[in-house]
Amino acid sequence: MVKKGPFYWVSISCGMMVLAFILLPLVEMLTAPSGAMLKETIHDKNVVRSIWLSIYTAMAAAGISFVVGTPLAYVLARSHFRGKHLIESIIDLPIVIPHPVVGIAILSVAGKNHWLGTLMSELGIRIMGSTTGIITVLTFVGMPFYINALKSGFESISPRLENVSRSLGASMWSTFIRITFPLAWRSVLVGLIMCSARAISEFGAVVVVAYHPMIAPVLIYERYEAYGLKYSQPVAVWLVLICLTLFLALRVLALPRKKTS
Amino acid sequence: MIEIEGLRVNLGEFRLRDIDLSIDEGDFFVLMGPTGAGKTVLLEAIAGLTPVHGGTIRIGGRDMTRLSPEHRGIGIMYQDYSLFPHLTITRNITYGLRYQKRRKSSEKLFGQLVDDLGIGHLLKRYPETLSGGELQRVALARALMVEPKVILLDEPLSALDQSFREEIRLLLKKIHRDSHITFFMVTHDFSEALTLATKAAIMNSGAIAQTGTIRDIFQKPSSSFVANFVGMKNIFPVIFNGTETRISALTIEVPQPHHNSTGHIAVRPEDIVISLKPFESSIRNSFPGTVRGIIDQGFLYEVHVSVQDVVFKSLVTKGAALDLGLDIGAAVYISFKSSAVHIF
Repeated sequence: MVKKGPFYWVSISCGMMVLAFILLPLVEMLTAPSGAMLKETIHDKNVVRSIWLSIYTAMAAAGISFVVGTPLAYVLARSHFRGKHLIESIIDLPIVIPHPVVGIAILSVAGKNHWLGTLMSELGIRIMGSTTGIITVLTFVGMPFYINALKSGFESISPRLENVSRSLGASMWSTFIRITFPLAWRSVLVGLIMCSARAISEFGAVVVVAYHPMIAPVLIYERYEAYGLKYSQPVAVWLVLICLTLFLALRVLALPRKKTS
Repeated sequence: MIEIEGLRVNLGEFRLRDIDLSIDEGDFFVLMGPTGAGKTVLLEAIAGLTPVHGGTIRIGGRDMTRLSPEHRGIGIMYQDYSLFPHLTITRNITYGLRYQKRRKSSEKLFGQLVDDLGIGHLLKRYPETLSGGELQRVALARALMVEPKVILLDEPLSALDQSFREEIRLLLKKIHRDSHITFFMVTHDFSEALTLATKAAIMNSGAIAQTGTIRDIFQKPSSSFVANFVGMKNIFPVIFNGTETRISALTIEVPQPHHNSTGHIAVRPEDIVISLKPFESSIRNSFPGTVRGIIDQGFLYEVHVSVQDVVFKSLVTKGAALDLGLDIGAAVYISFKSSAVHIF
């Protein structure tokens, strides 16, 4: 057997440290609350309501991203034009902007001092302290993840397949529905999961725009502030467990198994 | 059938310049050229898959320049076959059927294509499990299923093993003979071009260098680029004087006078005969020389013979080289008929 040099041992120990750094706090948190406490927490109506709200608003954000983001991702993947890099950088902006700033930015458009805010309030749409506001914020922070995942998915599909489809008589719409979209399905799903995972974890922007109705991260923060670590842990455990189960189920159900002849 | 006039395409650095081509109905047209000449771009422009910046494309008398690809009735087949990976072979072949007006005879056509191409046993499988030759047949069936007026083939045989190539080449010839479809094929393989094509064009850096019958292109190249490309290894700039020309001190007989006083002559290497004694026949051009180099080309040797300061390249079979005892420095005679000299 070849003798392992110092490089090997440095790599191994760094790897171990990284894994421990990620897993230790998570495992500690997940195992801290007792079974009785977890049971009690899930019977708490406020907890159930906030987790449900978190999931539902994150899914709404993913849904909106799907509808408006899919065509944009396709255009960015297929065409080359002046200013494309600028558009891509704009789409990435929500990733790099500090979260509370996102909330403040959205409020400054939605407030009464802005024509858009005035228009919306006349139409009866309220952003501040509403579910609509939460969905707006989550879409803002989650959409870039969906668009980027799907864009690279579209890029990996050969434009020649679309060319052949069109030469066989299919219109651009037909081609997209019968060829491009089915082949990009995996990327769509990955994008939706990334987008909603990012949305569920959002705290800073939501807390600015809508403290109430309370999403799970805000509830966890409130319990921590008011009652301490011990009371916030069970809610956190439930949020993590439910989200992981949902994403896993989505992956297993929606990704077709590899076809064989 | 296909009339292309003044076609221009700009793709950033690359552009097609003033392409003029005329292809008759039922022709088997071959487009040749070095890599990067713009062959695939021209193909995609004809199919409507690349935006055109000038000129017209007419097919069957109808202006198609601005028509979207699905309304052109032009099939395209790429080098990588581009089968739809998520569909079975049957669904690949029948993909275009729902967009066709005449669907009554489609089942009959499907059966016939499947039989002709020998792909009946593949129908339920997915493309990733097929070999190159099988993918090729399926791609052909898919393109033929919608009964196009024109079919464009982008180097269809280049990705195949040598043994499959011959088979598919014969298949293409048969399909072309039995149908009324106009074939337009890009290739860089001369034997494909010679066995399949009726007419051809040579392309170079975004422009057509020469077009005409396949025989003319190989035998009467109109420029030194085409001559070089089709394998005329002996190309010399010359001064014409009636039916005689001079390359430095050598006087060479040519078949007819040239309209210019200066130009080029070209001789195919296989038209130059090497012998140990002067050739006594009607061959007019015969010179003594010395063997300067012998290059192994598989079945043949390319022999370089210098005559004074001019080097001629000749192709000799390995058996003949052995019989002649060819070696570097050997004294030999080279001879070629005046009719083998191409002038341009």
